[in-house]
Amino acid sequence: MTLSILGARVIDPNSGLDQVTDLHLDGGRIAAIGAAPAGFSASRTIQADGLVAAPGLVDLGVSLREPGYSRKGNIATETRAAVAGGVTSLCCPPQTKPVLDTSAVAELILDRAREAANSKVYPIGALTKGLEGEQLAELVALRDTGCVAFGNGLKEIPNNRTLARALEYAATFDLTVVFHSQDRDLAHGGLAHEGAMASFLGLPGIPETAETVALARNLLLVEQTGVRAHFTQITSARGARLIEQAQQLGLPVTADVALYQLILTDESLREFSSLYHVQPPLRTAADRDGLRAAVKSGVIQAISSHHQPHERDAKLAPFGATEPGISSVELLLPLAMTLVQDGLLDLPTLLARLSSGPAAALRLPAGELKVGGAADLVLFDPQASTVAGEQWFSRGENCPFIGHCLPGAVRYTLVDGHVCHEA
Amino acid sequence: MSLPDPAELIRQMAVDLRAHLARRAISEPRYIGIRTGGVWVAQALQEAMGDTSPMGTLDVSFYRDDFSQNGLHPQVRPSELPFEVEGQHLVLVDDVLMSGRTVRAALNELFDYGRPASVTLVCLLDLDAGELPIRPNVLGATLSLAAHERVKLTGPAPLALERQDLASASAL
Amino acid sequence: MTPLDAKRPLQLNDQGQLRHFLSLDGLPRELLTEILDTADSFLEVGARAVKKVPLLRGKTVCNVFFENSTRTRTTFELAAQRLSADVISLNVSTSSTSKGETLFDTLRNLEAMAADMFVVRHSDSGAAHFIAEHVCPDVAVINGGDGRHAHPTQGMLDMLTIRRHKGSFENLSVAIVGDILHSRVARSDMLALKALGCPDIRVVGPKTLIPIGIEQYGVKVYTDLAEGLKDVDVVIMLRLQRERMAGGLLPSEGEFYRLFGLTTARLAGAKPDAIVMHPGPINRGVEIESAVADGKHSVILNQVTYGIAVRMAVLSMAMSGQNAQRQFDQENAQ
Repeated sequence: MTLSILGARVIDPNSGLDQVTDLHLDGGRIAAIGAAPAGFSASRTIQADGLVAAPGLVDLGVSLREPGYSRKGNIATETRAAVAGGVTSLCCPPQTKPVLDTSAVAELILDRAREAANSKVYPIGALTKGLEGEQLAELVALRDTGCVAFGNGLKEIPNNRTLARALEYAATFDLTVVFHSQDRDLAHGGLAHEGAMASFLGLPGIPETAETVALARNLLLVEQTGVRAHFTQITSARGARLIEQAQQLGLPVTADVALYQLILTDESLREFSSLYHVQPPLRTAADRDGLRAAVKSGVIQAISSHHQPHERDAKLAPFGATEPGISSVELLLPLAMTLVQDGLLDLPTLLARLSSGPAAALRLPAGELKVGGAADLVLFDPQASTVAGEQWFSRGENCPFIGHCLPGAVRYTLVDGHVCHEA
Repeated sequence: MSLPDPAELIRQMAVDLRAHLARRAISEPRYIGIRTGGVWVAQALQEAMGDTSPMGTLDVSFYRDDFSQNGLHPQVRPSELPFEVEGQHLVLVDDVLMSGRTVRAALNELFDYGRPASVTLVCLLDLDAGELPIRPNVLGATLSLAAHERVKLTGPAPLALERQDLASASAL
Repeated sequence: MTPLDAKRPLQLNDQGQLRHFLSLDGLPRELLTEILDTADSFLEVGARAVKKVPLLRGKTVCNVFFENSTRTRTTFELAAQRLSADVISLNVSTSSTSKGETLFDTLRNLEAMAADMFVVRHSDSGAAHFIAEHVCPDVAVINGGDGRHAHPTQGMLDMLTIRRHKGSFENLSVAIVGDILHSRVARSDMLALKALGCPDIRVVGPKTLIPIGIEQYGVKVYTDLAEGLKDVDVVIMLRLQRERMAGGLLPSEGEFYRLFGLTTARLAGAKPDAIVMHPGPINRGVEIESAVADGKHSVILNQVTYGIAVRMAVLSMAMSGQNAQRQFDQENAQ
C-alpha cells in the first residue's frame, strides 16, 4: 500500500523538522520526506494543504478496561477512541482483572490490540503480584512478552524495603518503573485536594504532602537503586519542583502529567459534579500554573490523557460514591491544542510533549517521523474545531469537556501506513 | 365615575353595624381585620363605634385556595388574635369584597382557632363579582368596575380609594 | 475553560424563588430574610389550638433518610403534617457496594409513586445536589444534611433563634465552638451569618478540627476558648463525636472538655446576656457543662420549636417555587 501526503506542514519534534513538504509512505514505513522516491507510485493521495502532519501521538496512560471491566470499555472501543484523538501508540496500565502480572494477560491484550488494528498498545506490567505490594511479579517474563515498563498503579507499596528491592531488581535488567506518588495514609479517605474548596464542600481532603512525601521517598530510592524512573500524573507544583531538582542532580527521571490537570482546578468541584471526580485529585490554580510551567520548560516532558472510561452508573451517584476518572483520549489532540491557544506552548513544543517526549520517557519505538521509520502519524487541521461529543467512540461518556468547542480537528490518523481514522 | 370617600362610608357603616348588633343582641364583639386593607378599615370602624377592645389581625396566606397556581405570598406576616375565639362574637372586616375567596380563607382560619359564637362580615366595598355565596352583613358601598379595572385602598391615614387599570403598565 | 454545567443556580426557579433547598451558598440575603419572616408566621400557628394550616393538603412529602436520625426526621415529619401534607418516612441503610444505585432507584421509584417533595439526609457531601440535579429536578428536594457539607434548615433555625433573642445581626459577635471540620451545621451557620451581615464570626477549636482555608467564609479562627468567647453575644456549641479520638484528631474527651468545653466559668467571659445554642443531641460533660445546658443562657430547647417553624417555611416555599416554575413553563410553552 503506497500513500502520498501532499502539502502538509510536517513537524517532527525529534529532528526539529518544521516545513511544508510531502510525505510518501510504502509498506507501512515512511519511504521519503520531500520528493517521492524514484519509481514511486501512490495508490492513494491525500491533499493535505492547511493540515499539520506530526508523529502519531503517544499516550502513556490509557485504560483499555480489558480484561475484566467490559462495562467500562474494551480494547476495540478504546483503541478506536484513541486513534480518533490522534493517538497511534499507547500504554495501558496493569489494573486489569486479572491484574497484568502474568504473560498470559499480556498476550491477551496484545492479541486483542492486533485484532482491533487501531493504535499500537504497549502494556505496562504490574510491579508486584496482584498489585498487592508484597511479592515481585515476574518482570523479565513480562518484558519478554511485551511489557515496556512496570508500575503498581495508585496502590502504593507500603513497605519501603519491599519497594527498594523491587526497584533494585528492575534496575538489574534496565527496566523502567512507573511511579504513581501518593502516600496511602495521608490520602486515606480523601476525595478532593485538601484546600479551601474541599473544606467548603465538606469533602475529605488529600493534602499536597500525600504526593510530595511519596515523591520524595520514591526519588531517594531511585537515587539509591539507580533504576530508570518515570513519574506519572504529577498534580502539584511542589511535586513538579521535586522532579526538577532530581533531574538537576542527574537522576534518570522523567515525568508526565494528565492533560486535564493542566486545564481544570478544584474550582470545578463546586457543584459536586462527579465528572470532575478524579484520582489523584484536581488541585489549585497555583498548582495548575506550576504544572504548566513545568510542561513548558520540559521538566515534564509528556502529556497523557489518563483515560479512564466508566459506565454511566459509576458516575450516577453522590460524589463520594462515584468512581474516579475522566474519559478523554479521543479528545487528546484538540484538548491539548487549548494550550497552544492559551499561548502557553508553541505547536512544535506541544507536539513534542505529546509524541517524542512520552516515547523517550518509556523508550518506545514511536514519536518520530523519519525515513525508514514506521508510518505512524496524525494529520490535523489547526484552524478547524472539534465539537467534543459530536462523535464518540469510547464506551465511557464520563467526560466534562463534552459539548465544548475545542481548537483543531484530527483529519487522519495512520498506524503503519494504514488509515485508522478519517474525519 | 368617582370613588367614594372611605371615611364617609365608615361613618354610615358604624350606624348600620350598631343596628345589626342590636338586632342580634350582640354586646361585646371582637373586631378582626383581614390584612392589610381590612385592618385599617377595622381600626377606623372600631374607633367610629367607640370600641377600645383589643383588635385582631388575620393573615390568610396559609389558607388561600390558589397555592398550586400562585404559590406562597412573599410577605407573610403572623396573624395576631389577642383574645379567645371560642364562644366569641366576631366582627370580621375586609376592605374590598370581590370573589369572596379571601373571606372563605379567613373563616377557615378563624375556625382553626376555635368555635366562634357568630361572625358578622363587614366590607367597605362590594365589587359585585362574587364567585362564592358570601354576602357582607354590613356594607359601605357597591361598585361596578370594568373587567380591566381594580380598586385599591390606601392608608392608614388618610384612608383613600384608588382606581387601577390592569391594562396599563402598572398591572399587578 | 469553565465547566459547561455552571448555569443558573440549581436551587432557584426563573423568578429567583426557592425550588430546592440544598445549601445556603449563593442564596441572597432577601431570600434568607423571607424564610425567617415566613417562619415567624408558622411559629404563631404552632401556638394555636389547631396547629395545622391547609397549605400542602393533598401533597405527599417523603422523608428519605440514608443516615439515621430520629430528631431531624421527627421535626420534618411534624412540619409536613402541620402543613396538612401526607408524610412517608423511609430509613434506608446504605450498603457499601450498591450505594449509588440504591439512591437513584429508590428515589426514582418514590417519584413514580407521586411524591411531591423529598427531604433527604445522606452521609455523602453533595448527595442533595446530586438528587436535585440528576434524579428529580421537578420535585422539590430539601437537604436534611449531607455529609459534612450542609444542613441548611439547621442553619436557618439557628438564625431564627439568634434573631428572636438578639434582634438583628448587625452588631453581633458569634462564636462557633468544637469540631468544625466535620460539621455541616457549622458550615451552614457560617454562610448564613455572613449573608445576614454578622460582622464578627468566630470559630474556636484545635487545629486538627478546623478545616483549611476556613477564612474564606469570612470567619476568624481561635484556638483558645477564652479568647474566642470574649464578649460574644452568641455561643454555638457543636457536638463532638467519639470517633474523633480514634482518628488521632484528639487525645481524649477529657482533654477536649478541659480546653474547649463550655463551662459556667468559661461562659463568664462572654457578654452577660449571651445565649448558648447547640444543634443537639448534647454530650454533657464533653462539649458542654450540664449547668450551662440547663441554665438561663441556654436556648437549646427553643431551637427545637423554631426548627419546626423553619422547616414549615422551607417546605412551603420550595413547593411554591416548584409550582410557580411549572406555571411559568406551561405559560411559555403556549
